[in-house]
Amino acid sequence: MRNRSLVSIDDFSKEEILEILDLAGKFELRPVGKLLEGKVIATLFFEPSTRTRLSFESAINRLGGKIVGFADSSISSVTKGETLFDTIKMVNSYADLIVIRHPFEGSARFASEVATVPVINAGDGANQHPTQTLLDLYSIRKTQGSLDNLNVFMVGDLKYGRTVHSLLMAMAHWNTTFNFISPEELRVPDEFKLHLDNAGLKYYEHLDFSDIISRADIIYMTRVQKERFSDPIEYEKVKNVYVLRNSMLRNTKANLRILHPLPRVNEIHTDVDSNPKAYYFEQALNGVYTRQAILCTLLDLNF
Amino acid sequence: MKGGKQQLVVSAIQNGTVIDHVPAKSLFKVIQILGLDHIENQITFGTNLESKKLGHKAIIKISERYFEDNDINRIALVAPEAKLNIIKDYMVVEKKVVKVPDYITAIAKCMNPKCITNLENVTTRFQVISKKNIALKCRYCEKITSGDNLKII
Ligand SMILES: [Zn+2]
Repeated sequence: MRNRSLVSIDDFSKEEILEILDLAGKFELRPVGKLLEGKVIATLFFEPSTRTRLSFESAINRLGGKIVGFADSSISSVTKGETLFDTIKMVNSYADLIVIRHPFEGSARFASEVATVPVINAGDGANQHPTQTLLDLYSIRKTQGSLDNLNVFMVGDLKYGRTVHSLLMAMAHWNTTFNFISPEELRVPDEFKLHLDNAGLKYYEHLDFSDIISRADIIYMTRVQKERFSDPIEYEKVKNVYVLRNSMLRNTKANLRILHPLPRVNEIHTDVDSNPKAYYFEQALNGVYTRQAILCTLLDLNF
Repeated sequence: MKGGKQQLVVSAIQNGTVIDHVPAKSLFKVIQILGLDHIENQITFGTNLESKKLGHKAIIKISERYFEDNDINRIALVAPEAKLNIIKDYMVVEKKVVKVPDYITAIAKCMNPKCITNLENVTTRFQVISKKNIALKCRYCEKITSGDNLKII
């Protein structure tokens, strides 16, 4: 593998992504092993993210690896004022691989330049969260059988949502048709539309689900946050438009699955949870297999 | 000498480099990027000169100093139309134009306030994704800084 670190999803080619997804499939069949025995993995969470951290730690533990690190920099030995450079230099000599979550955008790329061991970006501010994208891709492939020629609906905050942007960039490898459903103020930024134009892919923008939902293979839901609106009245007007309810799924395709990066607030009504098309809880479990695959790939460990 | 009247505004040099067609508003950025404020050579410059192409232009003449292409291309961010005349014995012996490089290190500031380069001591690095209307993609935060938002460090 060309990259020894995973910082940004577009560092990886289509083939490299598929290799990771194939390996994740093997871990789903045999989740416990000893591939990381004797390895020490540093998990540096400069901001708390319990969900992502537990998923990584579960992946590491299932493979027999040891963990050093911290869950929140305010209670860790990382003193305020120590630079990221110094922290990475120190940890680099204790660990075989570094998982980093840090609020500054670009922090993981910088860490990967400072470290001599592989670095996995577990979220750098609003920039990238590539392990989320890989688990999304894994979930899509698993439920649809393939990543080719799907009709993907992305709903909610498409302007600031980093998971949406990374997934969009990745799905552009597979002749995807995109339907973007968002309020006017939270539309997909032009740079991503330009990327789809250059890739020759079709995309459509909508203000609501209307009657198009019957065409969806995947619905990827995100939260519309009040803080994103310059005008609070605009938020009040649209806040219920981007909520998915079970009744809306009546005439949808049998293969449709609903994804959400979690945690959810109210954008998916709880009456959807018992619908077999709801996939967001299994999606989270797929994160463990995907992270097992990423760890072993970057450490060049064979299954 | 072509355009004789204007040339006279800033006196001729015997040996060195003349940088012409610098946008007037970029004069001090060019001086900063080339480190002209830290060298001992004799430098004369004129600014707010009439230019059909640029509106107001500036011209810089540096005695006894010649630049490597790599160095001079760094000013392309702020003076993409700049032209260089290499002077030997009062004669133009070579003309050069600047080329926008593919990658830029340590000159420009990332416009994203949440970028690590603005929050810790990290050297900025950009990929130039558009040369005509300057657009730089930050190697770190991956955000795009366009020409109008460009600040020189
Ligand atoms: Zn940046």
